Amino acid sequence: MKDQLLKLKTQALDRLKECKDLSEIEKIRIQYLGKKGELTAILRSMGSLSEEERPEVGKLANEVRALIEEEIQAAKEAVHLRESEERLKKETLDITMPGRYPEIGRRHPLMRVKEELESVFMRMGYDVVSGPEIETVANNFDDLNTPYDHPSRDWSDTFYISDNLVLRTHTSPVEIRVMKEAVKEGKLPIRMVSTGRTFRFDDVDDTHSPMFHQMECLVVDKGVTLANLKDSIDQFVKELFGSRMKTRFRPHNFPFTEPSAEVDVSCPICMGKGCPACNGTGWSMELLGCGMTHPNVLRNCGLDPEIYSGYAFGMGIDRVAMVKYGIPNIRLLFENDVRFLKQF
Amino acid sequence: MLVPIKWMKKYVDIDVDDKTLADKLTLTGSHVDAVIDYNKEVKGVVTGRILEIAQHPNADKLVVTKIDINEGEPLQIITGAKNIKKDDVVPVALEGAELPNGLKIKKSNFRGLPSYGMMVSYEELGFDDKVIPKESRDGIIILPPDTPLGADIKDVLDLTGSALEVEVTFNRPDCLNIVGMARETAATLGTRFRFPKIEIKKEEGNIKDYLNGVEIEDEDLCSRFYARVIKDLKIGPSPLWMQRILMDAGMRPINNIVDVTNFVMLELGQPIHAYDLEKLEGRKLIARRARQGEKIVTIDQVERDLDTNMLVIADAEKPACIAGVMGGYYSEICDDTKILALETANFNPKSIRETSKKLGLRSEASARNEKPIGYVLCEIASNRVCQLIEMIGAGTVVGGYLQAGKSEYEPPVVTLRPHRANALLGAEIPVADMLKFLNTLEIESVYDGEKITSRIPYFRTDIEQEADLIEEVGRLYGFEDIESKPLRGSTRVGRKSDLRMVEDEIKSLLTGMGLYEITTYSFISPKAYDNICAGEDSSLRNYVRILNPLGEDFSSMRTTLLPNMMEVIQRNSNRGVEVAKLYEAGSVFIPKDQPVTEEPVEKLKLSIGMYGACDFFDLKGIIFAMLSRFGIKPELKYVTDNPTFHPGRTAALLVGEDAIGIFGEASPKVTDNYGLDHRVYLAELDVEKILQYKNTEWKYDPLPKYPAMVRDIAVIVSDDVLVGDMEEEIKKVSPYLIESVELFDVYKGEHIKEGYKSTAFSVTYRSKDRTMKDKEVEKIHEKILQVLAQKFNAVLR
Repeated sequence: MKDQLLKLKTQALDRLKECKDLSEIEKIRIQYLGKKGELTAILRSMGSLSEEERPEVGKLANEVRALIEEEIQAAKEAVHLRESEERLKKETLDITMPGRYPEIGRRHPLMRVKEELESVFMRMGYDVVSGPEIETVANNFDDLNTPYDHPSRDWSDTFYISDNLVLRTHTSPVEIRVMKEAVKEGKLPIRMVSTGRTFRFDDVDDTHSPMFHQMECLVVDKGVTLANLKDSIDQFVKELFGSRMKTRFRPHNFPFTEPSAEVDVSCPICMGKGCPACNGTGWSMELLGCGMTHPNVLRNCGLDPEIYSGYAFGMGIDRVAMVKYGIPNIRLLFENDVRFLKQF
Repeated sequence: MLVPIKWMKKYVDIDVDDKTLADKLTLTGSHVDAVIDYNKEVKGVVTGRILEIAQHPNADKLVVTKIDINEGEPLQIITGAKNIKKDDVVPVALEGAELPNGLKIKKSNFRGLPSYGMMVSYEELGFDDKVIPKESRDGIIILPPDTPLGADIKDVLDLTGSALEVEVTFNRPDCLNIVGMARETAATLGTRFRFPKIEIKKEEGNIKDYLNGVEIEDEDLCSRFYARVIKDLKIGPSPLWMQRILMDAGMRPINNIVDVTNFVMLELGQPIHAYDLEKLEGRKLIARRARQGEKIVTIDQVERDLDTNMLVIADAEKPACIAGVMGGYYSEICDDTKILALETANFNPKSIRETSKKLGLRSEASARNEKPIGYVLCEIASNRVCQLIEMIGAGTVVGGYLQAGKSEYEPPVVTLRPHRANALLGAEIPVADMLKFLNTLEIESVYDGEKITSRIPYFRTDIEQEADLIEEVGRLYGFEDIESKPLRGSTRVGRKSDLRMVEDEIKSLLTGMGLYEITTYSFISPKAYDNICAGEDSSLRNYVRILNPLGEDFSSMRTTLLPNMMEVIQRNSNRGVEVAKLYEAGSVFIPKDQPVTEEPVEKLKLSIGMYGACDFFDLKGIIFAMLSRFGIKPELKYVTDNPTFHPGRTAALLVGEDAIGIFGEASPKVTDNYGLDHRVYLAELDVEKILQYKNTEWKYDPLPKYPAMVRDIAVIVSDDVLVGDMEEEIKKVSPYLIESVELFDVYKGEHIKEGYKSTAFSVTYRSKDRTMKDKEVEKIHEKILQVLAQKFNAVLR
C-alpha cells in the first residue's frame, strides 16, 4: 500500500506539472482527491491494514494528500498568473483614441484676470468691495478733486444720466464711498480693492471700448508713505507677472493724488533688454496710475490729512488680460464667441 | 509736444546724450514717448542759382536750365518742376549724389538733351508734407536769394539733430513750449536755464494813433487783453533758420509774420493773433461773446455759425476772430498788409475747449488756450514778437501798448514743511536739496529753519498747496530713488461681501457644469426690448436713459440681461457655432424716477442661455443643481404671460410666494426676431434673492443602517397629469418609509391610447430602525396604486 501511495504521488505530481488550465487541474483533483478519487479509495481501504501498519501508512497517506493539495494550489496559481499575463498582453488599448470627458465650462478671460488680481490683494489683507456703475458727479469727480473745467467732465468724455449722475469713468469713486463710510462707522484703517465696469465716451476700435474694466486700490492709515506704495506695487506685479518683471515709477498727474506716478513694467517680450516691441526702451506701456491720496480728497471725505495719509492706484484690467493672453483686439473680449472663450 | 533739442539748447545747457536726456526727463515727469532722429543721409547736394530757363525743344512739360554752382561751367539740368524762376537759389543733386530715400543721381538724357543732375524737393530730403513751406510744397526747395552758392545743403538747411516727443501732463501746460521744457531740463540735469533776452531796439510813433482801443466785455471769458502795433510791414518768407526751426518743431513756415507769431507761441507757450489793422472797423478790438446769429468766415474760408457762449474778438462791428481758436478771413495778414495789430490775450480755458469742440476746429493755438496760461505772459510774448519782427526786418514797432483786464501779478506764497515732505514720501531728502530743486524750477524758495516758503511764479498755475510742492521735491529727487518699504500695521483678513461670494460660487458651479461665462455691455439699444417682445407697458421699458450715448444702440441702461444673451447667441449661431451654453452675471438698472435724477437701483442678475444639443430639462437640471448648492429647492409655476417665453414651456422659480427667477424656452417670435431657426432656452435669476434664501448650514445625517428596497411602478395616465403632482402623492402615502421617488420613463405610442402616457417610477423604501419586510413594502406599494388610481385615474400598465 505504501508503494501504491508513492506511485500515486509521483503520478499526480507529474500530471500536475503538465496542466495548462484550471479544468485539467480540477480533473486531477477529482481523480485523486474526489469522493471517488484514487487517494480517497486508498484511505478508505486503510481498515484492511494491520494495527502496526496503520499509523505509518496513515501518516504517509496524509502527507501525500497534503502534498497533492499543495501542488494543486500551486498549479492553480501558476495557471492564474499565466492567464492574467496573457490577458494583459491581449488587452492593449489605443490610448490615442478620444476620451469621454465631461463638459467643462469656461470663465471669461477678463473675469479670470479680475479674480486673480482680487485674490492677490485679499491674500495681502485687502477687502474686496464694489460700487455702482451709475455714480454721482460728486463721487466720480467733485470729491476726487477734479477741477470743474477738467476735460474728463465734458459730455464728449463722460456718459451723463443727468446733471448729477454719470456712468462712472473709473473705479476711483469707490474710494470716496469707502472713505466716507469708514469715517462714519469708525472703520479705519482702510485697505481695499475694487474691480468693475467703467465707461468712457470712446468709439469702439481695436484698443478702445466705451465699456472697460478697472481695478482700484486704496490704503488709508496713519503714516502711509510713497515708499509703502512702491512696495505694494512691486509685490503685486511680481505676484501677477513673476519675479523677473521690474517696475518703473514715473511722475505723472492725476487730480486725486499728489504726488502722482505712472508705473511701467518691463516689456513682457524682452524682459527689459530692449526690442522692437518696446521701441528699444525695455519698458512696455504704463500698467497703472498711482499716487498719494490728495489732501483735498481726504478732507472731502472727512479725514484730516495732518493725521491720515493714503495711497491709491488704478489699472485697466482689459489691457492686463490682453497682454497676459496675447489678445490683439479688445472687441474680442465683448463679442463672446464661444470659440474664443474656449481658449482660456 | 515736439521739442527739437537744438532749439532747447538756446536756453539750457545740456551735457548728456539724447537717450540719457530722454530717460532723465521721463523720470522727472516729462514722459518722452520717442526720440526722433533728424539726421539725414544726404551726399553731393549743393546750392546753385538758376541762370536761365528755356523750354525743352522736344518736350512741352520740361524746361532746360543752366545752373551756377560756383564751380566750373554752369550745369545743364532738365526738370519738370513748375515752381522755379530765373535767379532762384535751389539745391542741386550732382552726379553721384545720394538722397535719404535711397535715390542715386546719374547723368541722364531727356528727349535728346543731357541733364547733369537734379533739383531737389523737401520731400526728397525726407520731410513730412505737413511742415514743407508753402512756396516749396509743389516742387523744388526755393532758398533765400543770399544763400552762398556751391554750399553743401546739409549745412545750409542744417539737416542734423533730433527732437523729443514729450507727453505733457494736464497740470503742466507751462511745459507746452520750448522755454518751459528747457526749464524742466535744467532742473532735471541740474544745469543753467536762460530765459530769452527781450529787447526792442527802436519804436516809432504811438499806438494810440493807430488803434482806438482794446476792451473786454466778458471778463469771465477773457482776463487780459494786450495789444501792440507794428507798421511798415514787408511780408515775405522768414529767414531760413526760423523756417527750419519751425519745421523741426512740426510747423509749416508760411510768411515772416505768421512764422514769428508761431515761433513765439512754440517758444513761450502764448498763442498770438495778428490782424490787418486797416481792415478793422473802428480800429478797435473787443473781446465779447458772439451775438445771436452772428457768423464769421475763418481763414480757411469756411463760414461758421457762432453762438452766444463763444468768445470772439470783434472790431466795432463784427467778429474778427474766434478768440483763441481761429482768425477771421477778412482781417487776415496778407501780402500787402501794411500795419498789424498784435493780440496776446488770456482766455477762459473751458470756454476755448468747448468752442473748438463745437466748431470742430483744433489748432496749435486752441490746444494751448484750452489750458491755463499765466496772464503775465501776454506782455512778454507780445514784446518778443515785436523784437523778432524788428530783428528780421519785417516791420517797425510802434511805441506803447494798449491793454485791458488784469496786469499785476502778486506771487502766491505756499509753505512746505520738510519733515512733512519726508514723512509722506517715506524718504530722507535734505532741506538743501529741496531748496535747490524748487529754485532751479524758478520757484523762489527760502528756508527759515522750520519751513520752506515758496513764491509761486506766474507760469506755475498748478501749485496751490503743500502737497504740490512735495510732489515737485519728490519727482526731482526721483521716485525711483525712494526705497520701497513694506506697509506697517496689524495684520488683517481681506474680506468679500456675501453677495460677491454667492456670485463667485454661482459662477464656479455653472462653469463646472459646462457653461461659458460671457461679458456684455451695460447699455443696450431700446429696440432690444422690442426684440425680446416686452409688452408695451412692461416695466422693462422703464429704463435709465443715457443723455449723450455713443448712438441710439447704446442709449438704454439694461433692465434685463436677456437681450444681450440673445445677441451673443445670435452671433455664435450666425458664425456656425452649433452648441452654446452661456451665462452672465451683471447688473440691471431700475430707475426710481423719470427723468432720472436719483441714483437708480442696481440689481445683480444672472442670465443663462443655451441652444444646440440641449432642451428645457437640461436647463432645469442646471438651475436646480446650482440652487441645491445654496440649499434652495424652488417650487415651479407655469408662466404663460411673459411674451419673451414660450407659454407652455416656461416656469417661475418660487421660494414660498417669492419669485427668484424664470426659465424656459424662448418664444418663437423672439427667436424669429434674432433670425434663429432653432430653439433657445433662457433663464434670468435674481442673485440677491439667492443670497437671501441661501441656507447652507449643512448638518450630518447618520448614514443608513438598514437596506433599502426598490420597487418600480408603471401607470398609464392622461397627458395632462403632471409628473410632479404624481411624485408628490406617491411620497405622501408613507413619508417616513418612502425614501425617494424617481421618474425613469415616460412612454407614448404603440399600445398606449392617444392622449395618454405611460409613466414609470422607481420607489425606494427604507426604514431608519429596521430591515423592511417584503410584505410591508408590498402593502405600501398597493396603496400607492390605489392613490394614483383615485387621484389621477391611473391604470396599472
